[in-house]
Amino acid sequence: MPEGPAILASLLVAGAVTVALRAVPFVVIEPLRRSSVIRFLGLHLPAGIMVILTIYTLQDVPLRSWPHALPEVVALTVTVALHLWRRSAVLSILAGTATYVVLTSWLVSGGAIG
Amino acid sequence: MGTATGRDAGRRGDRRAAVRDTIGVGLGLFPIGMAFGVLVVQSGFAWWWTPLFSVLVYAGSMEFLMVGLISAATPLASIAATTFLVNSRHLFYALSFPRHRVDGRLGRAYATYALTDEAYALTATLPEPELTSTRILAIQVLCQAYWVTGGIVGALSGRALPESIRGFGFALVALFAVLALDAIRAARDVPTPLLAVGCALAAARIAHERMLVVALGLLVVVLLVRHRTRGPGAPPGDVVPDA
Repeated sequence: MPEGPAILASLLVAGAVTVALRAVPFVVIEPLRRSSVIRFLGLHLPAGIMVILTIYTLQDVPLRSWPHALPEVVALTVTVALHLWRRSAVLSILAGTATYVVLTSWLVSGGAIG
Repeated sequence: MGTATGRDAGRRGDRRAAVRDTIGVGLGLFPIGMAFGVLVVQSGFAWWWTPLFSVLVYAGSMEFLMVGLISAATPLASIAATTFLVNSRHLFYALSFPRHRVDGRLGRAYATYALTDEAYALTATLPEPELTSTRILAIQVLCQAYWVTGGIVGALSGRALPESIRGFGFALVALFAVLALDAIRAARDVPTPLLAVGCALAAARIAHERMLVVALGLLVVVLLVRHRTRGPGAPPGDVVPDA
């Protein structure tokens, strides 16, 4: 775990980039709105980014050792199925997370996770 | 309404309306904020880092990612690039967010800083005449209040949770999966999510440690190529699925 100042520096950098992204369009709004590349990216980037982030958050799941990604597969299936069915983000996220917490706490009790 | 009824009464009404506007979203922000707070303390941070994360980087999914990135001692340049790509969607929110309705420099500065997915979604669905400065700002303040309070409650109760109860980080996986489904449904397009899977798998192979930033960069390149090859005839933002 990095020291306090290093954590703070990381947060400040991420915060500054986030605020800049939210502020820039108000400064140069017209060219952005007219650009066909920007509109194309605006339509397509979100779906692509979210798919990549989902895979990124799962990339370190150990497949070869017990419990062989079983909690992840079950919890993700619960999340996706609920969301396709009820379309309620809150319900899908909370039910998926609860499933995962229960499964990992049962299957991996005793700190098998590195 | 009319100005004769008095500005204060109008503002109070706007604030009450904002509470109603945000109840649904708050029901989501508070518990997910709690999951974030638990994750922060379970990752080895002191509890008070939770509100600092949520004030300095006010972007829920990025805050979750920052816990992992900071724990892995990720270089600042890499954090900047990742934040840029992950939060680039905010560029597109700002294009249609009614900031011109907000009064005063300070008000506008806060409205810009606090332009999250939720704030955008709530204000974008309001009818034009109801978009008052007080209403917009109250919606944003309430959203941040739910999130920060949830985080603090989670962080403090997370310290009390037994070691065997873990896995709150899965809220992030579920959040991204849900956002992916919604985005795919909104774009009505199959190739992009498939291309994204390809980018992610390729990046995981060639640059495991820097997978995220490489995958996002690849995605932008692939989408630019796709835009190029669509031909000039297609209207922007109106993509017909390949037939």
